Amino acid sequence: MTAGTSAGPALSRGLRPSAGPQQAGPGGRTRKSLRTDGPAGYFFLSPWILGMLLLTLGPMLASLYLSFTDYNLFTAPEWVGLQNYVDMFADQRWRQSVLVTLTYVVISAPLKLAVALAVAMLLARPRRSQGFYRSAFYAPSLIGASVSIAITWRALFSDDAAVDRVLTALGFPSGGWVGDPSRALMILVLLAVWQFGAPMVIFLAGLKQIPRELYEAAECDGAGPWRKFWSITLPTLSPVIFFNVLMETIGAFQAFTSAFVVSSGNGLGGPAGSTLFYTLYLYERGFQDFRMGYASAMAWMLLLAVGLVTAVLFRTSRSWVFYNDGSS
Amino acid sequence: MTTRVRSVVWHVAALAILVVLLYPVAWTIGASFTPSRDIVGNLELFPATPTGANYARAAEGIAGVSIWSFFRNSVVLAVLSVIGTVASSAMAGYAFARLRFRGRGLMFTMMIGTLLLPFHVMIIPQYIIFQRAGLIDTFVPLLIGKFLATEAFFVFLIVQFMRTLPRELDEAATIDGCGHLRLFWNIILPLSRPALITVSIFTFIWTWNDFLGPLLYLNSPENYPLPIALQAFIDQTTTSDYGAMIAMSLLALIPVLLFFLAFQRYLVEGVATSGMKG
Repeated sequence: MTAGTSAGPALSRGLRPSAGPQQAGPGGRTRKSLRTDGPAGYFFLSPWILGMLLLTLGPMLASLYLSFTDYNLFTAPEWVGLQNYVDMFADQRWRQSVLVTLTYVVISAPLKLAVALAVAMLLARPRRSQGFYRSAFYAPSLIGASVSIAITWRALFSDDAAVDRVLTALGFPSGGWVGDPSRALMILVLLAVWQFGAPMVIFLAGLKQIPRELYEAAECDGAGPWRKFWSITLPTLSPVIFFNVLMETIGAFQAFTSAFVVSSGNGLGGPAGSTLFYTLYLYERGFQDFRMGYASAMAWMLLLAVGLVTAVLFRTSRSWVFYNDGSS
Repeated sequence: MTTRVRSVVWHVAALAILVVLLYPVAWTIGASFTPSRDIVGNLELFPATPTGANYARAAEGIAGVSIWSFFRNSVVLAVLSVIGTVASSAMAGYAFARLRFRGRGLMFTMMIGTLLLPFHVMIIPQYIIFQRAGLIDTFVPLLIGKFLATEAFFVFLIVQFMRTLPRELDEAATIDGCGHLRLFWNIILPLSRPALITVSIFTFIWTWNDFLGPLLYLNSPENYPLPIALQAFIDQTTTSDYGAMIAMSLLALIPVLLFFLAFQRYLVEGVATSGMKG
């Protein structure tokens, strides 16, 4: 991407709450003309339209319908009304999965973003080796979601393995983390934090956009580093922070592979359900127990939760996200 | 602090982060050459007595299917995914970025909306559809979405890029009698190469690492791509033959690492400009 004029994540502008259709929409309407490309437009968009109807909208509606039924894939769906949703709240394992997922989201997303921002601030000063470090720190984001890395993590955190040995040598004997219900989730949190590179790169792009004059003016007024951070860096970076918070939070809700691999051998989501991500339980219900209706209801609860979080973030963003074009 | 001291502090800090970040990867490489029974508990990066036995056992594969078969499946899936994603996303990007037609704004908003949509909402009905169509245990369910531009990030990235190309190109080409197909194929597509390369690399890596899709749709070992084979390997060797497992993990990572080394600029710039996750 060299010819792109937009530095900084374009999406953070595309997703801004106050953006009207004009700003969020594609293709600047540079001049008015009567020309319309109707047929060509639909032709070029036809694969996307098909995908939208067949693989997104259709399945969404279907899963909404299924969520009110009892369906095991082999006999016809049987209408049960809200029973699946009622059952869910009485289901111990479901409640456990909600708790695990919320804990994971609340710890891993802020931690990952704090590390990403701190390292981005460190790298922001232009130096010769900046490009090298930026790439190197980004690398874990590419491989972190793979089964391979999850296996490595499992090995490092096993009983009497590398992490345990280092901690014991330092005087904190902890035992293996993989088999310990009170610590297993932390392995997954650390694995998430290890992938701070992607949001870091986005923060860096945002930091580059802050005009140097702002800092110079603040220094003239005698502002120290903290003051500059709170009064200049954070407010000017707030659209990018908002974007990263939104994407990381939504992403954390959907984590799957790492928990699946790290817990395997201790039962899905084990030990003792301590890594039972919501998505894992959805998989268990849908594809191991073949309770497709129940799993669909779970999927819609997830959609509602993610929608709710998104709405809350957008709503609160009005008070802490500042856009530098006068529309705040 | 003088600039010199600051500079030293900066380098020490950056280097320290680098070491912590890369330790797990370096450890994996060392472990893959360490005798299996010594791996757990081993902290060193260089085994005292290096052995190739882990790789030999990894190459045997699982359930009588060799590791090369898993590699081949991964490559086939990744290459077809790249072709499908680039073709369909470029078409959609062209329509969104440069054509005018009714419903464009609404459809663009819908596309942005799918960025925030958890894909778990779709997997059960999708599974039912593909099961009804008798396509379980084939690559079709894993590939069809790629040919239908379902990855909104990529469409968005291409839209952003194509919008920066001068409008005058279209006008000049239209005056010269160019239709939309030729304009797209001969002018816009070649100029969009940087964006298309970024999309290709990300598609390759994401498909290569994808776990949930193949887990749902593929049952027979001869169809497994590497991630599922690895998981099957864990389940099969309950006694934890970490050596072979780690050797196989590393083999599975090598293509991604090579892609990263070759194209890191495109990858990092792609994230920086579009806000795409890694």
